[in-house]
Amino acid sequence: MRASFVFSEVVTGLRRNITMTIAMIITTAISLFLLGGGLLVVRMIDNTQELYQDKVEVSVYLTNDVSANDKGCTADPCKGLRSSLESDPAVEEVVFENRDQAFERFKRIFEAQPELVKLARPEALPASFRVKLVNPDRPEVITQVYGGKAGIDTITDQSEFLDRFFNALNGVRNGTFFIAGIMAIAALLLISNTVQLSAFTRKTEVGIMRLVGATRWYTQLPFLLEAVVTGVVGALVAIGMLVMGKVAFADDVLADPIQAGVVKSVDASDIALVSPILLLIAVVISAITGYVTLRLYVRT
Amino acid sequence: MIRLEQVSKVYKTSTRPALENVSVEIDKGEFVFLIGPSGSGKSTFLRLLLREEVPSKGRVYVANFDVARMARRRVPRLRQSIGCVFQDFRLLANKTVAENVAFALEVIGKPRHTIKKVVPEVLELVGLEGKAERMPHELSGGEQQRVAIARAFVNRPLMLLADEPTGNLDPDTSQDIMLLLERINRTGTTVLMATHDHSIVDSMRRRVVELDLGRVLRDDARGVYGVGR
Ligand SMILES: Nc1ncnc2c1ncn2[C@@H]1O[C@H](COP(=O)(O)OP(=O)(O)OP(=O)(O)O)[C@@H](O)[C@H]1O
Ligand SMILES: [Mg+2]
Repeated sequence: MRASFVFSEVVTGLRRNITMTIAMIITTAISLFLLGGGLLVVRMIDNTQELYQDKVEVSVYLTNDVSANDKGCTADPCKGLRSSLESDPAVEEVVFENRDQAFERFKRIFEAQPELVKLARPEALPASFRVKLVNPDRPEVITQVYGGKAGIDTITDQSEFLDRFFNALNGVRNGTFFIAGIMAIAALLLISNTVQLSAFTRKTEVGIMRLVGATRWYTQLPFLLEAVVTGVVGALVAIGMLVMGKVAFADDVLADPIQAGVVKSVDASDIALVSPILLLIAVVISAITGYVTLRLYVRT
Repeated sequence: MIRLEQVSKVYKTSTRPALENVSVEIDKGEFVFLIGPSGSGKSTFLRLLLREEVPSKGRVYVANFDVARMARRRVPRLRQSIGCVFQDFRLLANKTVAENVAFALEVIGKPRHTIKKVVPEVLELVGLEGKAERMPHELSGGEQQRVAIARAFVNRPLMLLADEPTGNLDPDTSQDIMLLLERINRTGTTVLMATHDHSIVDSMRRRVVELDLGRVLRDDARGVYGVGR
């Protein structure tokens, strides 16, 4: 196999159908970009879930009366609640947080928004028990047992919020995958079209090749490589778009929640993980499309 | 070298057979004219040898190949041992003379140093030395056909098939091309040429196989075109 010959054939072929080539690269890139974005969202969900895995806790907020008068949790009902929580087999750890501590934490979380902190008063924040569970997947046990007991105002568990949060992320992921799929169909049709066009413009060449006894490899490889090369270029563009999207968009928009430790960002290593997948998909899909097109439409 | 045994060919889209019960044997080094009116099956005959078509009946042998039955993947080997020339030259318009000839070797994977050596040699053989860098449109019809012959011969095939190679050329140029084909024949290459050209056939006095409506009408060792007409 004369590599230089095949290579020059590929370059000529791509240049000859330059507009098709560009259209092919753009659609491939967009489709792979969306796919990569979806994969990054998956990574982000995984990372964030990990972040919350040992943090899922139930907050048992105490009534205003208790919050105002029992700063040390030394009297009933606070004292009684604490001891029964501590002896509960479903509970791993209980931390009491009084109104002042809650205010300190509030100030820390929102230190980026001083005007919000200025507006807040300790009196608005209830004291609470932060309950860490043995089995973080079943936060409802606390609500069932302690709901409505004296001194308790409300019980919130973060899992509801997390569920909604992850549902939203899953929705984003499914949406990008869906659009990526549609774009992929467009990309496939374009690849197939370009291979046919390329085969048509090279009819004479291929006819002569066949006549002088070139093997199938020689006659078909240039077309296959054309498809694969555009696929790879499309994938590289898509990866570039992902990096730019991360730097210019995701890092910016998600800066606050990332700093607050609410969500985990996607970092360079996540993109490094997704990139080879995109490249591989581009190569495999374009090669298969090219091959099938040649078998179906191009007589050799 | 070439042997057809009771070969018939019926194209799917036509009712009349293009070839009917044709048996012909051609030895190594022969020069044979294939003549007959339009539609008599001359091109079909040549296409069967190249395995561009398969016969509906009968056997076709070329060199050591059982052409009709060989595996598809071996067809390139068969074609590498056959050179082909056509009425319409079939040159690549965007390549120079030398590149056109080299193309035939490149696509069968010949090493570059071989190509560098043999392309000028064959261009000299066909009388095109000094025109290697011309583009096809800068050549006369006769010169273009020489390029096509050079391309067909550069890999030193066992036989040369020519389908009306002089069909687009004036009589003088045709004569030059015939001299070239004779020269190639003298190197031991079998030449099989389909033609309508009376004067060429008559002047060369070579073996003539005449087809009519797909049947062999006659097979004369030293024939002329118009016997019995
Ligand atoms: N691909 C094809 N499909 C159907 N019929 C064909 C095909 N090729 C040739 N034929 C028919 O087969 C017969 C022989 O054709 P062929 O081309 O072999 O004749 P020929 O002797 O080369 O004629 P010419 O001198 O005009 O080139 C004709 O009747 C033609 O119409
Ligand atoms: Mg013909």
